[in-house]
This record gives sequence, structure tokens and C-alpha cells, in this order.
Amino acid sequence: MLNKQFLLVYALALWLPLGGAHAAPLTIEITEGVPGALPIAVVPFGVEGQGAPPEDIGAIVAADLKRSGRFAPLAEQDLLARPHEGREVNFRDWRVLGVEGLAVGKVRATGAGQYTVQFQLFNVFQATQLAGYTIPATSAELRRTAHRISDIIYEKLTGEPGAFNTRIAYVTAAGKAPAQTYSLQVADADGHNPQPILNSRQPLLSPAWSPDDTRLAYVSFENKRAQIYIQEIATGKRELIASYPGLNSAPAWSPDGTRLALTLSKDGNPEIYVLSLAAKTLQRLTSNLAIDTEPVWSPDGSALVFTSDRGGRPQLYRMSVNGGDASRITFAGDYNARGVFSPDGKQLAMVHGTGGQYRIALMELKTGALRVLSDRTLDESPSFAPNGAMIIYATNENNRGTLAAVSVDGRVHNRLVLQEGDVREAVWSPFSRRIMLQPDPKP
Amino acid sequence: MKLPTKFLFLILPTAILLGCQGTGTKSGESAAIEDKSSAASGATTSAAGDTGAFRGDALDDPAGALSKRIVYFAIDSSEVAQEDRATVSAHARYLSGNATAAVTLEGHADERGSREYNLALGERRGNAVRQLLLAEGAATKQIQVVSYGEEKPVATGHDETSWQQNRRVEISYTSRK
Repeated sequence: MLNKQFLLVYALALWLPLGGAHAAPLTIEITEGVPGALPIAVVPFGVEGQGAPPEDIGAIVAADLKRSGRFAPLAEQDLLARPHEGREVNFRDWRVLGVEGLAVGKVRATGAGQYTVQFQLFNVFQATQLAGYTIPATSAELRRTAHRISDIIYEKLTGEPGAFNTRIAYVTAAGKAPAQTYSLQVADADGHNPQPILNSRQPLLSPAWSPDDTRLAYVSFENKRAQIYIQEIATGKRELIASYPGLNSAPAWSPDGTRLALTLSKDGNPEIYVLSLAAKTLQRLTSNLAIDTEPVWSPDGSALVFTSDRGGRPQLYRMSVNGGDASRITFAGDYNARGVFSPDGKQLAMVHGTGGQYRIALMELKTGALRVLSDRTLDESPSFAPNGAMIIYATNENNRGTLAAVSVDGRVHNRLVLQEGDVREAVWSPFSRRIMLQPDPKP
Repeated sequence: MKLPTKFLFLILPTAILLGCQGTGTKSGESAAIEDKSSAASGATTSAAGDTGAFRGDALDDPAGALSKRIVYFAIDSSEVAQEDRATVSAHARYLSGNATAAVTLEGHADERGSREYNLALGERRGNAVRQLLLAEGAATKQIQVVSYGEEKPVATGHDETSWQQNRRVEISYTSRK
């Protein structure tokens, strides 16, 4: 299994100017669970046909659900029966165990590297089927199929969409100066299948997903100064988007994907601009002697929030995308930067500094109420899962840059650990549009 | 505070000898270092220059004011401290007296806070030194400002001892008289 993953990484890494890419997967550890997580049983999937599938679908689904903090999957040794389809289920067995949800399924090999994954979700107490699907998948698609199943279970049982079938992009740094190497990686949201899409001997930062999940904008120092590129993830094809004199940084896609907000200092000091990607026209939005940077679009596309120290220290400000006056929106603490909207636009996550401690905080935009979600001292770069349930951020542990995730209610904490080197600047992808499923009520 | 510069002095040639592909960005002391990195590859070659020859240039006087090539800053500040003014003045005089000399001012920040804000802060620090150089006779075309923000620390600890070494502008000669 390891070998296959390894091969896949190299087959898909299409743009490797420096070669020698390290693609060690991130390991996710649940550091703090949640009391009151919903008990659920995910029975190991049955296997039919010639050739065992390379992935353990049931285990992937159980791990996904557990990581979310919303579910407490039953340990495998506690299962009283191992049904693989509805007619094999005796609901009494499962009521005894106190589980509310039961997921069963099987994987059938249908040809060389071809499988059909069948799965059903039941409400144990009502003895009813909540979902049923039959999904064709190649070997390479099996993990994503499992994540899609996790999404269905999550949505059926919580009423909110799951974000398991998504990806994260992040930057790794390895080696000591001056021989440091940097890599921009794209991995599944559970840390598996990391693929370097860019390797450089100069720093990389601020990756930003296009809303259609196909491209990343980022800042690269490969030409010895900050410039912005946009790269297609599937092909590795990329374009230098901004290389004006001075800083070219902090790219942020408009929700419709047609424009990029960015920071340029070509006119003297860092200001916010909006670049129209088709026409390549540039509109300047801010104009003052302070630093204005880190623009982010409101989900409805009408406003930008950005970091400015026009009041002395960095704070978050909001302005119309058409320009005009900016109004300060953060007042707690002495440092607030890198704002990012929750997908519903009601909250803003940020780097919140007070008393020399930099943590991730979440602000209700309506009331201005601020809650601190992380507990270390050098936390930065918050990014929401597309369903708004978790925030991934960068932190520091044992003198190494690591990633962590926290639920927006602050109760679930995960740690994403890389085997070696630093990992930082993680951004969660939008919802994937690449695997569409049709429900199959009677599999 | 001067230690990091001296260490780099020692480390850089060693790294090149060992066949490492040095980035050449901490080239503060060597006038002949040229960046020949190609736009496409992002890889960098470095020429080490004839460091063995003494040219009798004031830039090479290890005890002279020009031997100081780093200016340090207080937290969140881009104000050049009084004690560093003499250093900046010496470089301004050298630049105004040597029209073909040129410097890159590399601005840096410590790791605290957001990376993008620190990138902007590094540029502001570079510009603060640039303004002083211009005020004392250097010409615009002799000065480039580049910010690396918090991306290239010289000290990797997570305390003030490291942070104060990282909040800096490195004056790097890209050509001399």
C-alpha cells in the first residue's frame, strides 16, 4: 500500500523543477476529544471478487468521523456482528451497544484496478436506512470515495455538509540555511497523498485556493523577491501574475474566481489592489502611509477585510470592494491580523496578539464578541474548512512548525505532524467538484 | 549583535566548498557575488569572488564603519536607532563617493504575528534605511529594497534573544566602485 501511494505521488507530481521532492504524509492526531460525540458503528467493509482493494474503506471512514470530534466510532473489537449489507443487519445487536448510526458496505473488484463500493447508513433506533450508494471507483479513487462516504454520513447525522472529501495546501521547509528547501504541497484533508506542486530554494508563502478548487495562487521568492504566481494543480502549468517593483503578495481570490485582491508596494508602500484576471486591469483600493495587506473577500463578494497599522498597531479593517473609506473592526488585544471569513460570512478568524502571545481567535461580526480558540504562543494562518466546522492553523511545537486544527466551538483539537522539517501556511480547499455521486436508494 | 554577520562570513565559503548549492542571499560581505538565478528554475549559482586579494577599499577594512552591514530594530518598529545612524551614514558616504557602487537593503522581521504583515514590515525597515541613505547623498539608482519578512531568520530560537537578531536590515553590496 505504501508503495502504491509513493508511486502515485510521483506520477502526479508534474512540475518538479528541483526534483528530490519529499512528500512524507502528515499524520493527524486527535489531541483533545469531545464529550458527547455521537456513538456510531462503522463495520469493516466486505470484500468481493478477485483482488483485494488497496484501501480499507471502513477504517478511513471511521478515522474521518472520529477526527471531526462529532462522532465516537465503536472500536473494531467491540463489534458484535459484521454485516456488509442491510439484510444482514440485526438492529437489536446495535441498540445493545448504544450506537445511533450504523454504516455497512462492501467493495467488489470488477476488473483490473476497478471496484464498486456499496454502502448503507442506518438509524439503529428507528431501523431505517438513511442513505445508500453504489459507487464505481478505480484504485486511485478509493480513498476519495471513502471520504465522500464520510461526508454523506456526517451530513445525514448532523444536518451539515461534511468536509472530508477536500484537500489542504501547505508549505514545508526543510534543511538549514543557506541550503533550505521549500515545497508547496497539496494533500487530502486527512494528510494522505501529499503531492509537491512546487519546490524552491527560496521561501514560498500565502497559498490561496481558487474557488473552483483547480488552482493555487501563491507568493514565491524564487526570483529573489516576492512575486505572485497562479498554478493549475492538475497540470502544473503556471503563470506569473504580479511582478511589479516592490512587494507582490497576499493573493486572495474573489468568490467568483474572476479577480484577485493583492498587496503591492509599487506606489511606495503596501496597498491593497484588485486585479481583474481576464483583463489584467488593476484597481487600487487603499491609499495611506501605513501598511495595508492581507486582503480577504467577504463570501458575498461585496467587501474586503484587510490588515492595516494605520492606527499604530496592526488591526483588521473592512471596506467596500469598490474602495472608499475603511472602518476598523477589531478592538480587542494589541494585534489582530490575517483575517479570514467563515464560509457563511458571519464570523472572522484571525491571528490575535495580546501580551506577546499570538493565538487564533474567532469574532462574531454582528456583536464583535471574540473567542480565543488556540492555546500556544506563535499561532498563525487560520483557514476554515469549507463547511465551517474546523479551522486549520500553523503553530510551533518543540521548535518545529506544525499544523493544528480546532473546531469552531473550540472543543476539538487535532494536530497534524510532519515527520521532519517545518510545515506551515495551511489552507483548506473549497468543496471538491470532482466526484459527483448519485444516490442509489436500494443498493 | 554583530555575531551573526561574522558567522555567515565563516559559514558561506564553507558551504560552497562542500558543494552545497548556497543561495548567496546572505552575501553581505562579498562584493563579487552575483545572482544568476534564472527566472524559470529558481535555482541559484553563486560566484565567490576573489576574496583572497586585498584591494585597499574602505569596504574591506574589517575595523571600519563600513564593516557593519546590519541595522537592528525594536519590535514592530522601523526606526533606525541612534546607535546605528553612524553606520548608515558611513554607507551613504561610500555610495555618494562611488557612483557605481550599489546596495540591496534586505529587510527582515521576527517570527511573531502574521507572515504577510511581517513581509510588509521588512520592506518598511528597508525603506527606512533607504531614506537615510538618500538623505545623506546616495542616489536612488544605487539602492534596491527587498523584504523577506520572517522567512529568513538568522537565529532560529523562539525568544527575544533570537528575535532581536532577526529584526534587521542587511546592507548588501551588489557592486562597488
